[in-house]
Amino acid sequence: MLSPEEWGIIALSLKVSCVAVLVALPAAFALAFVLARARFPGKILLDALVHLPLVLPPVVTGWLLLLAFGANGPAGKLLDRLFGVTLLFRWTGAAVAAAVMALPLMVRAMRLSIEAVDRRLEGAARTLGAGAWRTFAQITLPLAMPGVMAGAVLGFARSIGEFGATITFVSNIPGETQTLPIAIYAALQMPGGDATVLRLAMVSVALSLAALIASELLARRMGHAPADDRRHVL
Amino acid sequence: MSSENAPSENAPSEQMSFEIDVRCRRGHRDIAVTFRSDAALTALFGPSGAGKTSVLDMVAGLLRPDAGRIVVAGTVLFDHAARINLPPEARACGYVFQDGRLFPHRSVRDNLLFGWRLAPVERRRMALDEVTAFLGIGPLLDRRPHTLSGGEAQRVAIGRALLSGARFLLLDEPLSSLDAARADEIMAVIEQVRDELGVPILYVSHDRAEVERLAGRIVPIGEGRSA
Repeated sequence: MLSPEEWGIIALSLKVSCVAVLVALPAAFALAFVLARARFPGKILLDALVHLPLVLPPVVTGWLLLLAFGANGPAGKLLDRLFGVTLLFRWTGAAVAAAVMALPLMVRAMRLSIEAVDRRLEGAARTLGAGAWRTFAQITLPLAMPGVMAGAVLGFARSIGEFGATITFVSNIPGETQTLPIAIYAALQMPGGDATVLRLAMVSVALSLAALIASELLARRMGHAPADDRRHVL
Repeated sequence: MSSENAPSENAPSEQMSFEIDVRCRRGHRDIAVTFRSDAALTALFGPSGAGKTSVLDMVAGLLRPDAGRIVVAGTVLFDHAARINLPPEARACGYVFQDGRLFPHRSVRDNLLFGWRLAPVERRRMALDEVTAFLGIGPLLDRRPHTLSGGEAQRVAIGRALLSGARFLLLDEPLSSLDAARADEIMAVIEQVRDELGVPILYVSHDRAEVERLAGRIVPIGEGRSA
């Protein structure tokens, strides 16, 4: 069925996407929480900035990452000096590119779930002796969790498909940055690569479909369970 | 059901259960209430929309008054002039909300024990089995809130407030979602709490008969300032 190289491409894609989601998760949740709850001047601007990777040409996002994380970029220098890490032309860079591209989708899903949390329940927890942090950990977070999971799965699916920003930022290096879509594109350029394209494309469809269905199931759980509860309590 | 030391310990005879003088503007409505009461159960009585729930929210610390002072059983909870404003978790009130507000992701047992686990040991005046026996909710412990009837949910909400080691109780129209038989049952429970636990109760209702049966002191709430 699949050749060892093709298995390697799938494994790399899964690794890049998992790390991308793990990196983006805390940032996405924090942004979602701020956008759902806080009121401050410039909120519209922050909202727009978060959504920028969704609408910007991916090449531009990749080029901006290149500027920031390149050998002479401010973020690149800082990472190199603090941790001795370089992202350029590495799989870690592919993960960062995928994380940036997945962030808007993750924030959207999480923001909806945080907005759906009944704040009166948080008030009830406070009157029962729970401080702000405990209320967050034991009431807000568990109630928002289905949406957080849905956002993570959606981000994972988006990361698996990431192409433009990745190839711009970390190029196409087999075994290092050649993820599924990049490998498919490379195979398309090669005479006799049709069979590889077909196999990898089928893997892509299967992975994306599974992730979308998982995300939808989680979102449904979020939408239904709390609403049912409210109806009965009232 | 109450432990021996509960009823009398927290009251020198002249101590007021509630000394409340608050003003708060909500939207285009002014809510202003002033009263002192030494009754075991004090009722805020008035039509819907008069701001009764807002007063309870202010006493619980969920709504910040624009000015005034809130003292319950000798403890200052809010004093605008002295810049005192205890957060809700430091006020130790048992607030029974009109809509129950049970935590949907936790079992009845975990709802009941939520406040109990957080309360300092010396304030845990009742144990879980006492409260479940008292309220008749033993069979419900492993259920989820959304499977409860209105009356069951209301009893669990009362149980949760009692178990939290509350120094006083705030009851917001606890009978409004119940049919007559259930309401009568819960009213008997409230009378028992009032007479046996020695915890001051602030009770909100728009039902005159209910208030006259339960309250030692009735504070009318309507437009403007109350006496």
